[in-house]
Amino acid sequence: MSEQFQELNVADFFYKNKDLVGFDSPHKATYMIVRELVENSLDACDGHKILPDVRVTLYRVEGAGAQERYHVKIVDNGIGVPLEAVPYAFGKVLFGSKYSMRQNRGTFGLGGKMSLLYGQITANSRVLITTSQGGSKVYTFELSTDIRTNTPIIYRREEADNKSHFRGVKIEFDFEGDYGKARDKIIEYFYESAMILPYAQLTFIDPNGTLLFYPRITETMPNPPLETLPHPHGVDLEMLKRMIATNPHTSLLVFLSKNFQRVGERTAKAFLRSNGFDPHAEVSELNTKQLTKLVTALREYSEFLPPDPSCLSPIGEDLLTEGIKRLLSPDHVVVTTRPPRAYEGNPFIVEVGIAYGGAIAPPDKPGKVQLFRFANKIPLLYDEYSDVAMSVIQGINWNQYKVKLDEAPIAFITHVCSTKVPYKTAGKEYVAARPEVERELDLAIKQAARELRVKLSRMEKAAYRERRTEVLKKYLSMMASFSTFLAEKEKEPDISALLMEGGPKRKRIKLKAVEVDPPGGEASEEDVRPASAGSPAGKNREKKSKSKSEGDSGGKKRR
Amino acid sequence: MERNVDRTTYARRALKDLGESIYNQLQSNRFPEVAIPSRQTNNIYYDPKLEQYVLGSRRVLRSADNVKHVKPLAQLLWVARIGKELIDYDRVSTLRDLFYMSKNIDINFATQQESDEAVYDLEALLSMPRESFNIFPHDRGAIFGDLTVRYRVKGFKDSLINLTDNPDGVNIGPALDNAELVKTSADKVIAIEKGAIFIQMIREKVHEKFNAILIDTTGQASRSARLLIRRLNEELGLPVYILTDCDVWGAHISMVIISGSVNSAHITGLNTPSAKWLGFWPTDINRYKVPTMKMKELDWKRLAELKADPRYKEKFWKEQLDAFERLGLKAELEAFSSKNKSVSQTFLVETYIPQKLKELGAI
Repeated sequence: MSEQFQELNVADFFYKNKDLVGFDSPHKATYMIVRELVENSLDACDGHKILPDVRVTLYRVEGAGAQERYHVKIVDNGIGVPLEAVPYAFGKVLFGSKYSMRQNRGTFGLGGKMSLLYGQITANSRVLITTSQGGSKVYTFELSTDIRTNTPIIYRREEADNKSHFRGVKIEFDFEGDYGKARDKIIEYFYESAMILPYAQLTFIDPNGTLLFYPRITETMPNPPLETLPHPHGVDLEMLKRMIATNPHTSLLVFLSKNFQRVGERTAKAFLRSNGFDPHAEVSELNTKQLTKLVTALREYSEFLPPDPSCLSPIGEDLLTEGIKRLLSPDHVVVTTRPPRAYEGNPFIVEVGIAYGGAIAPPDKPGKVQLFRFANKIPLLYDEYSDVAMSVIQGINWNQYKVKLDEAPIAFITHVCSTKVPYKTAGKEYVAARPEVERELDLAIKQAARELRVKLSRMEKAAYRERRTEVLKKYLSMMASFSTFLAEKEKEPDISALLMEGGPKRKRIKLKAVEVDPPGGEASEEDVRPASAGSPAGKNREKKSKSKSEGDSGGKKRR
Repeated sequence: MERNVDRTTYARRALKDLGESIYNQLQSNRFPEVAIPSRQTNNIYYDPKLEQYVLGSRRVLRSADNVKHVKPLAQLLWVARIGKELIDYDRVSTLRDLFYMSKNIDINFATQQESDEAVYDLEALLSMPRESFNIFPHDRGAIFGDLTVRYRVKGFKDSLINLTDNPDGVNIGPALDNAELVKTSADKVIAIEKGAIFIQMIREKVHEKFNAILIDTTGQASRSARLLIRRLNEELGLPVYILTDCDVWGAHISMVIISGSVNSAHITGLNTPSAKWLGFWPTDINRYKVPTMKMKELDWKRLAELKADPRYKEKFWKEQLDAFERLGLKAELEAFSSKNKSVSQTFLVETYIPQKLKELGAI
């Protein structure tokens, strides 16, 4: 497994703009730190087909000034970090393993680094890293980041025998935060993570000593995303420049056919010809104006094949169903996975679940919708009413699906996975209303809703049959008894056949009746019907026999 | 109805027919069903020939094949069953009592209204009043006059009773309702809206003076009272005259005795089409010059309702309603006391009643 590491230098920038990435208050920072660390750990596991086991402990550090100070510890069982990469991976912003074209939770591994930096800034804390890739040694580092120069500072570096066969990463540091206010969101975060990750084991011990434990309920994992080359529709100028920098001495034709997905020599040639580029020009010779023209042409050329979805890792219908069942305990779950689509060269897949009945409570006030949103397996907890999924749900005419949105015990689950989820903000809080994504969500929810309607009406019918049998049994027995008394008969009429006909066995009786030709005597039954007050009016009799013949061929025969 | 045949005989026969119908349907493995005349307002018509409201031809099918009908059908049969028991054991019950009885068995009447509905359905289905199967309204009304009856109730059988025996009159109850009317010397019936006037008339020997049987309806006549009035008219051939206050309510008390009420459109045999409103008519107000009152808002509202009723389109009744409308006045029977010569000689009995009876050709 080769990870590509590249350098970018903006530690200072992010320190000054920490609100951009969601660290804008002590409680928000507390939530973001837990979340970013967990997500990095999860990526280190399921990205490499390892069943995740992630444990987080948050301690309150006593006697530390006006702000509350916390110590966070996270341990995962991921692939670990190679010895030589540790200082850069944890001590330098924007140095990470995630700068490639595949679905990951984080885009650039920025959030995890931001968490460490936040601890360093607020609590003057160094970070303690213990890692092993499962070999004979375990490495421990004590580091911090030189914010001005964006370089790691190593205070301590130790090596020990890996007696316990540890593989993964353990990270510890202090920060100033506010768990009291962050508590609900953090617990919600683990709860929803357990829904989308039924194959993960998640443990969280909060500063009050409360244990939150979600055991793994399945060993099945979705396939990890494959790394792919970028799609030409998705490039921008910066990206193109960096790609050229790693392959400076190639012709435009070779450059295009080697570095982009679904672009071969023929496609590259056709593209270059139709946009008036010289296929043999060396890429490093192109000036900014030409590069800009190239980027525009790449983004707009319509003959490229759609992006390759193998870089995506949807949860899949089975796992999603299990996750939903586990946490919501509904009566019904329907899930839909849409085929891959793309927006601006970024492939994406929409998965949707609808859970109905059971432990799900109806909305406590009109207009409220229970929606669990996920993007690249991350729960999105803020601004749900700004999310495109919410507007799609609210835009659907639910009467068509026999669902009263304001009263029904219904919950929606949406998962958008993409190499680039169209978040509205850097804080990864809600998905923007991109028409392509909006359309897929709409189709997926409607498809699931159709399935739900089928299930609900099937259930209604079964309940109806059950109720019918029950009611018939009770009241027909009464009628038998009352009529025997009224008619002054000795013996009650035998109603067992009627009860069978009314029940689920009705069909079978019908078949039997068809096979065996009844004796001619039966034909006159309609005629001997007493003409007393009990006899129906002619019109009604007509109607009745018609409805009877559908479920009981005996009635048909009599006519 | 035949003369002097025990009403319960019909009821017993009809209940048995119903039971046999259901029994046979069940026996031949069919979901039992009955077609009940619809009591919906869109199926209620005024029948000018019968001079009463009747149900149209629309029927509601109650079939056990329809899960929604199973319970109401069982409830209907339960009422029938109770009816038969009441007849068999010579007991009586009321709508309220029936509702409580239903608590004995898991027949699930949610409210008394529901059990009442089942009774109305049975009345409509058998086209006979519930009194026929011994479910009675609370007694209201009294009768006085030379009429000999023989009760049919067990334990009172064969005892002949003359209805002049009690100076306050005899309660019109279930027993009297179904008693055999043996003989009378009277040649007319006078029904009176008010109990006080009824007593006063007994003391003034109106029954002797006018050779009449007196009936106190205490306001709107109860079904028992209406049934008895009809029997006196039908079985003994006595013409019936009705005396009420001079207001729209009094007019309608007469009308219900004559041609029934919308509520009992599903039953025939409660009205007396040949009965006549003796007075006190609004057209009598100016003639007798007695103290009057102005009609109140409620009176005007009721007047408007009555004007919409087809029965009041007839010439006589239209004239009376028009008179109310024109005068805007009403008066009570007691108003005649303003013209009494003495307490023992009332204007009502000495003057008004004989004049009116004469005008109607009764004497």
